[in-house]
Amino acid sequence: MTQDIQIFHTPQRSHKAITGGDVFAFALILALLYIGARLAINAPEVIPGPDISLSPSALPIYALLSVGRMTAAYFLSLIFSIVYGRIAAYHKNAEKILMPLLDVLQSVPILSFLPVVLLSFSAFLPQDVAAELASIILIFTSQAWNLTFAWYQSLTTIPKELNEASSIFRLNAWIKFKSLELPFGMISLIWNSMMSWAGGWFFLMAAEIFTVGSRDFRLPGLGAYLQEAANQSNFTAIIWGVGVLILTVVVLDQLIWRPLIAWSVRFKVEMVESDVQPTSWFLDLMRKANLTRAISKWMITPITESFDQFNIKHHSSISNGGDTKGQIKWPTIVILVVVLLSITYALFRAAEMLITVPLMEWGAIGLGVSATLIRVILALVIALTWTIPVGVAIGTNHRLAAILQPIVQITASVPATALFPVLLLVLINLQGGLNGAAVLLMLMGTQWYLLFNIIAGASAIPQDLIYISKLMGLSGWQRWRTLILPAIFPYLVTGAITASGGAWNASIVAEYQNFGGETLSVTGIGSIIAQATAKGNYPLLLASTLSMIITVILVNRLYWRRLYRLAAEKYRME
Amino acid sequence: MMTESLLQLEHVFQSYGTGSRRFTAVEDINLRLSTGEFVALLGPSGCGKSTLLRIIAGLQEATQGKVLYRGKRLVGVNPYTSIIFQSFALFPWLSVLENVSLALKVRGMDKTEREKKAEDLLDRVGLDGFESAYPRELSGGMRQKVGFARAMAVEPELLCMDEPFSALDVLSAESLRGELLELWTEGKIPTKAILMVSHNIEEAVFLADRIIVMDKEPGRIIAEHQIDLPHPRNRKSSQFQTHVDQVYAILAGQTRTESEELGSAPGEVGITRHLPEIEISDLAGLLENLAEGEKSKHDIYLLEEELGIESNDLLKLTEAAELLGFASIAKGDIELTPLGQTFADASILARKEIFASRARRIPLMKWLLTMLHSAEDKRLKINVIQTALSLDFSPLEAEQQIEVLINWGRYGELFIYEDDSEMIKLEEGK
Repeated sequence: MTQDIQIFHTPQRSHKAITGGDVFAFALILALLYIGARLAINAPEVIPGPDISLSPSALPIYALLSVGRMTAAYFLSLIFSIVYGRIAAYHKNAEKILMPLLDVLQSVPILSFLPVVLLSFSAFLPQDVAAELASIILIFTSQAWNLTFAWYQSLTTIPKELNEASSIFRLNAWIKFKSLELPFGMISLIWNSMMSWAGGWFFLMAAEIFTVGSRDFRLPGLGAYLQEAANQSNFTAIIWGVGVLILTVVVLDQLIWRPLIAWSVRFKVEMVESDVQPTSWFLDLMRKANLTRAISKWMITPITESFDQFNIKHHSSISNGGDTKGQIKWPTIVILVVVLLSITYALFRAAEMLITVPLMEWGAIGLGVSATLIRVILALVIALTWTIPVGVAIGTNHRLAAILQPIVQITASVPATALFPVLLLVLINLQGGLNGAAVLLMLMGTQWYLLFNIIAGASAIPQDLIYISKLMGLSGWQRWRTLILPAIFPYLVTGAITASGGAWNASIVAEYQNFGGETLSVTGIGSIIAQATAKGNYPLLLASTLSMIITVILVNRLYWRRLYRLAAEKYRME
Repeated sequence: MMTESLLQLEHVFQSYGTGSRRFTAVEDINLRLSTGEFVALLGPSGCGKSTLLRIIAGLQEATQGKVLYRGKRLVGVNPYTSIIFQSFALFPWLSVLENVSLALKVRGMDKTEREKKAEDLLDRVGLDGFESAYPRELSGGMRQKVGFARAMAVEPELLCMDEPFSALDVLSAESLRGELLELWTEGKIPTKAILMVSHNIEEAVFLADRIIVMDKEPGRIIAEHQIDLPHPRNRKSSQFQTHVDQVYAILAGQTRTESEELGSAPGEVGITRHLPEIEISDLAGLLENLAEGEKSKHDIYLLEEELGIESNDLLKLTEAAELLGFASIAKGDIELTPLGQTFADASILARKEIFASRARRIPLMKWLLTMLHSAEDKRLKINVIQTALSLDFSPLEAEQQIEVLINWGRYGELFIYEDDSEMIKLEEGK
């Protein structure tokens, strides 16, 4: 994680906790939720799940299916990001709505949407199609936002003179995209894609194993395989499943992401050569191969050349830097009015639906939110207690890093949700089984973000400062207080924000489980959402999903954002 | 050679923002450029010379006024110009050859043809053998040569250069200037006129036939200076030095009466004077240097070489010395005042006191101190000050002015600034 990741993006340097853009974004989410819940009423009562074969020979197919869903969702995210980011970057008026909307969307706990999306899709689509689509949409929502931010940010930080050069040399929109915008954003897009992809596994696995009451939404894939194996206490199958999962993640990393990162070095904007370059054996192999060279020379080059020339002939160059001045045309106004009216109508109906929720259920929601909040905090505290010392040790000690880094990376690459059924199998008979398992799942989903960020922070401490603190004879605790903690603080906050988001998401799967034919649940907002889904209590589903979203957004705005600002302003190393 | 009018600017204004927060970047610019001319736009930073270049290239639309090219009103990007940028503006992911041929590609030229032409251009600027190199592998001077080749590729009638040499080291800049002149004077390029933005007086005198001198607050043309020396020009010759001295005299201005020199406070009638962005240690260095010599008057243009700084920075320092009453300027000469002499001779602490007493007299500083005195707990957030300043300055300028105020106030111990809370506060008992 050598790339700086910005967590909070506030285009209009507003210090207010809630802005007008937020209100709009929130209204839109509520409207969508209502539409989902309304559609869900027609969902079938019983949904039979797929048959999952535990034979190892079925694993390649399952792996392919899982990777296929990921790929579909990823390309969807990529296309969405490029279009959305361009609109936001080049149209001042659109930017005012699009960016706050994105900011709210990215702090929404995505898994809380899963039941609503699944139910509403299965109301009008065949079951398997509905579940496939829902999983793809779920992964999409987990991948798209940070990609969009990265792309928007790179578009808006293209040096002015490069933009001017493309205007003065009359590049048209396509050539400008190809020669300037895409290359400029490439490194950031690839890094964010890699992170999005890793995050996507977490949600894919959750989607593949999702079952409530008599509705079995499972999808044939690696996640379902692992869950079925745990259900049947088939340890051989569990080992096979985990093995194939790790293999899949590692193979994709080696054959796709590493080569892409090594290849993207050419898009560095800095005009200096750096000493340490990312390398990839696979990329080197491809570069040496005659076949790839021949394909590039005889196929790709002529095709792109003729496409470019065709495009140049038919689309003239853009003037004035492609920056469209904010003129609203009347079709836009009509569309805007229609959208606003529909949102208002949906909000009105949503309010009607929410009124039907009895006071007692609101009380239960409040209790559930608090219970889940406590679990989230507990998981974070446990994660911090072990990741800070270990992270600092790895980050400041090169030898230790060389040994531990690969192990940590492989362990972290296994999506926590996939292991959850396995975890349950082990913990189910202990005291407070699901309670413990829920916190453990949150922990598994969160600790890696923290660990990686702390390692990054610790390894960024300048050697001079370490020497001087030794020379000054600072004792262990003094050194931690004056040097290490302040230095890793910004990284710690960044990691903790992502981690807490992950923990909230995990609560949906963690607090309610169908396991070995039984239903297990603990008090929590995640379990209320799942139970509402199981019982077909749609007002409660809407109310609980909404409450969870509001809670997470408020925690983000009132707590994390302040810490983040403090970290960015005071504890920055320059 | 018959000269014909190429470009004409009539009453051009450029302003940003609206209402009371409207800032004029350039004001009432009238300018004419003819074929065969090499014109330099010279002035301090913030005088709008780069803005003017962008208006001429059609990258920016003037808020008011007419821009005519060959008698026709300019709409959109000017198709007869190309720009050489200060930062080179090369695409780092394209090879040298691809960078040059990209401009030809979008004109619909096919691959073999455009590569041939690009190679030919690279030969002409002396970059043969580097076609497949990436910009990051090249030195600054070589990168700018690619910039030249790229600009030449589209055969512009009017070549615009935006401080093309200022990002280069001294030696590369010098050799590149020579090569440009060779291409230009020997007619090796199809360009009919060159417009160069510069803040380096010597460079402008060395290259241009005509220097248009601009000043800031607001950006406007204050003088034109014709240079009729034949090329190649000898920097050591007395005519050359005379020209440099004359341009310095225009730019450094003349010390006026104190009230005129200081300007007025924000919110008051009159122009609020910008404080020059300088390091106080540099100012002290300048004053010490002036105090050392035998003679009392110093030619400003000679100081440039003596102190090893650029004309732009030197002018900011002389402006500060003038503003603080440490020196007076007339006809391109600078002379220490008795106060400046005292400052140069004083100890570190005494210098701070002299500086403080003079800084207090500057209306902008006086205004800030008055605000602090009347504020609760005698402290103010800097964003409050920034808002107050934004009636007289653009947001960026307001930020820069606050930075200068903080630097000066800290040095003179007029107030304390806490970075954590972003607060300026008066010291106890002051």
